[in-house]
Amino acid sequence: MGIETIRPTRRGFLAGTGLVVGLTLVGRQAGAALIKGVAEGAPGKQADLNAFVRVAPDGLVTVLSKHLEMGQGPYTGLTTIVAEELDADWDQMRVAAAPADDDVYKNLAFGLQGTGGSTSIANSYDQLRKAGATARAMLVAAAAKEWDVAAGEITVARGRIRHEGKNKDAGFGEFAEKAAAMDPPSDVKLKDPKDFVLIGKDRHKLDTDEKTNGKAIFTLDVMADDMLIAMVAHPDHFGATVKGFDDGEARRIKGVVDVKQVPQGIAVYAENTFAALKARAALKIDWDLSKAETRSSQRIYDDYRAEMKAKGLEAANNGDADAALSAEGITTMDTEIVFPFLAHAPMEPLDAVLMMADDGSIDCYNGSQFPGQDKAAIAEICGVDPAKVRINVQLAGGSFGRRAQFGSPYMREAAAVFKASGMKRPVKHMWTREDDIRGGFYRPIYVHSIKGAIDKDGNVTAWDHTIVGQSIMKKDDLDETTVEGTADMPYKIPNLRVVAHQPSLGVPVLWWRSVGHTHTAFAVETFLDRLLERAKKDPVEGRLALLQDSPRHVGVLKKVAEIANWGSQVPDGRQRGVAVHKSFDTYVAEIAEVSIGDQGLPKVHKVWCAVDCGVAVNPNIIHAQMEGGIGYGLGAILFDAIDLGEGGGVVQSNFNDYRSLRISEMPEVEVAIVQSNEAPTGVGEPGVPPIGPAVANAWRRLTGQPVQKLPLASGLVA
Amino acid sequence: MVTFTLNGQDTTFDGDPDTPLLWVIRDAERLTGTKYGCGIAQCGACTVHVDGMTRRSCITPVSTLDGSSVTTIEGLEGTEAEAVQAAWKAIDVPQCGYCQSGQIMSAVSLLQFTPNPTDEDIDGAMAGNICRCATYKRIRQAIHDAAKTLEG
Repeated sequence: MGIETIRPTRRGFLAGTGLVVGLTLVGRQAGAALIKGVAEGAPGKQADLNAFVRVAPDGLVTVLSKHLEMGQGPYTGLTTIVAEELDADWDQMRVAAAPADDDVYKNLAFGLQGTGGSTSIANSYDQLRKAGATARAMLVAAAAKEWDVAAGEITVARGRIRHEGKNKDAGFGEFAEKAAAMDPPSDVKLKDPKDFVLIGKDRHKLDTDEKTNGKAIFTLDVMADDMLIAMVAHPDHFGATVKGFDDGEARRIKGVVDVKQVPQGIAVYAENTFAALKARAALKIDWDLSKAETRSSQRIYDDYRAEMKAKGLEAANNGDADAALSAEGITTMDTEIVFPFLAHAPMEPLDAVLMMADDGSIDCYNGSQFPGQDKAAIAEICGVDPAKVRINVQLAGGSFGRRAQFGSPYMREAAAVFKASGMKRPVKHMWTREDDIRGGFYRPIYVHSIKGAIDKDGNVTAWDHTIVGQSIMKKDDLDETTVEGTADMPYKIPNLRVVAHQPSLGVPVLWWRSVGHTHTAFAVETFLDRLLERAKKDPVEGRLALLQDSPRHVGVLKKVAEIANWGSQVPDGRQRGVAVHKSFDTYVAEIAEVSIGDQGLPKVHKVWCAVDCGVAVNPNIIHAQMEGGIGYGLGAILFDAIDLGEGGGVVQSNFNDYRSLRISEMPEVEVAIVQSNEAPTGVGEPGVPPIGPAVANAWRRLTGQPVQKLPLASGLVA
Repeated sequence: MVTFTLNGQDTTFDGDPDTPLLWVIRDAERLTGTKYGCGIAQCGACTVHVDGMTRRSCITPVSTLDGSSVTTIEGLEGTEAEAVQAAWKAIDVPQCGYCQSGQIMSAVSLLQFTPNPTDEDIDGAMAGNICRCATYKRIRQAIHDAAKTLEG
């Protein structure tokens, strides 16, 4: 995608809005004064060199991030890529969120603007290198013209533009405006990676300081004069609707301004958060359950087991699994593995601030993962032209998939609440933790059934795998996210069959950090480990023997075995388990050392992790994402389930019964990055899939018990 | 009417006396470094100091604070605070960052009472602070690093 083709659109967009400076202009546009709302990036007048690079007169460079910063590090990573080709000094680099524009800022992997699938660095790498190199070329051209020298004689390093012969030296700011007026070159030469000075080095994150002193602004922190706080009372059952309600008591609470019915439930509006909380609790609502999902999780598991008998969707069928499973002289093994619903539970629950300006246009402030979708949803619900909706993307307090929703169902609720308020005052719509835990859009329930065979020489000869679970993509035909990681497993097994069943259910589901790999990696890596054990093979050696065709799996597996000193003496009362898995084109192997801890639960002492994500743009962030992915995945496999009780109501409600990993449960983590010159791939999700099976494999060696039901705590307590 | 000091400033609140301190700090005083995470004292995102001790502001009715001294992340100062925040920055502890004000308030309090904490001390003092990004490894490291600078 050429930078030049997108330039005019971007310029036109900026000219029409007040997003450049943020605070002042937005405040003036909006009917009410915005008191708090982050304007990151460099302040003051800016020259746009292209859609991604903006230079201020003092030389500060602002990179416009088309990707949401939710902790996974794109603000720093994307800025590093631009700075590298721009030959900027790191200290002059700033970052700001790009506005909503599905054309200019589309994710090249999706075709629309969006963050997810661990694609931020992967899809932006070439685009932003080109954006940086183009901006550099324009600065050089402007300097060459001014100094009356050949552009080829000018050098740029650490933010200084120089001409030796004429003894000229300037910063970027001095040529920013002139450079912006130059025609961008149609083609630019990118650096040879061996000349990189920023990419590949540990670099501090640009957002660390503000996140250490309380100054970072998230959506919940956006304040406007005269702003209402709104909350919605939701049903306990998915699919329930309002039959009737009594808001008399709620309206008598001081500070309550209004109560309205919206499609999602009953909205209360108040002058402050506490009044809104009290008013919502005081509502008396009669829910119509006639269209609601009323099955319990237990019933769903049973229904899924029955579903396996029907004909499914074939995802892989190599060789002849039936024949191989009934061959003579083989040993067979089978298992069922049950995975519960999981909530994402980002620290900042879903929220948005909406306000209408005097000209009827709407500003929305939120941690938007699909800004174009959010914009369209607001325009449709509030009845305004999409061109009159501005999405001001804020830092997000985590997401793990939760904020990425096609069709923006959350934003439809926020917009409906704003619309029902009359849109005269700014409205902050917020979900509480209970709304979050009970609000659906879960990782689906899955039930796996696997049969395997080993021949008398210990070779794995057959693998027959059936998976039942809702289609996240709502597809009637095969949904790749149901089977990813199984049908394409890297192990050389001659007879492999994978079949999926995708029943529908009245519970909204969504991708959860690493999507299908959350369950497929667990199923494949725990069952393979059992087959290898039965064949009396070492878990690492046995895997390596089956991975001859996948050198990058081999690379991370060998690396993790090396740093963990696999095969060395393990302390008494502990065992180790290993798992390797590719997701989002990144390869990760992990080894977990586990003992039996409090209440008979696994205690994970240490995790070794090796990752191959191609070119390592910022090793510091790669380490952080592996550490965090391990902790996030570990908490889920140890403790977490969203259960539907008898009658279909959600059982859990907050962090008291939807447990999060706590600091005492976090293992030591040691990460090694496998050096690679392959194109960079993502790191936000791929650290998650191997931790569950690595721990479960260690647990089986400790206790003799394979893990067939998650979370681990549920199997032990029962 | 409740009167207390907030980050050293005299502050009065004449709204609903049951209002949790969290919402007084955020809605009335518009200090937004202190976060809402659960509302039931399970996650620690709302941690502040009241008369020098950590307190979950989401379940602390403002009426109980008459005459108290409240410190939020915005008013944090002193050698322990400087050491903790410097250590946090040095190894880039935050990911999404939303819980980090609460983490830092708990860590500073730990070092004020226990200048050279063991891993068990850290587990105890930080048990009430959830980080969904699981930055715990770096939190532990940063607390040890801060303790070292305080020793030095």
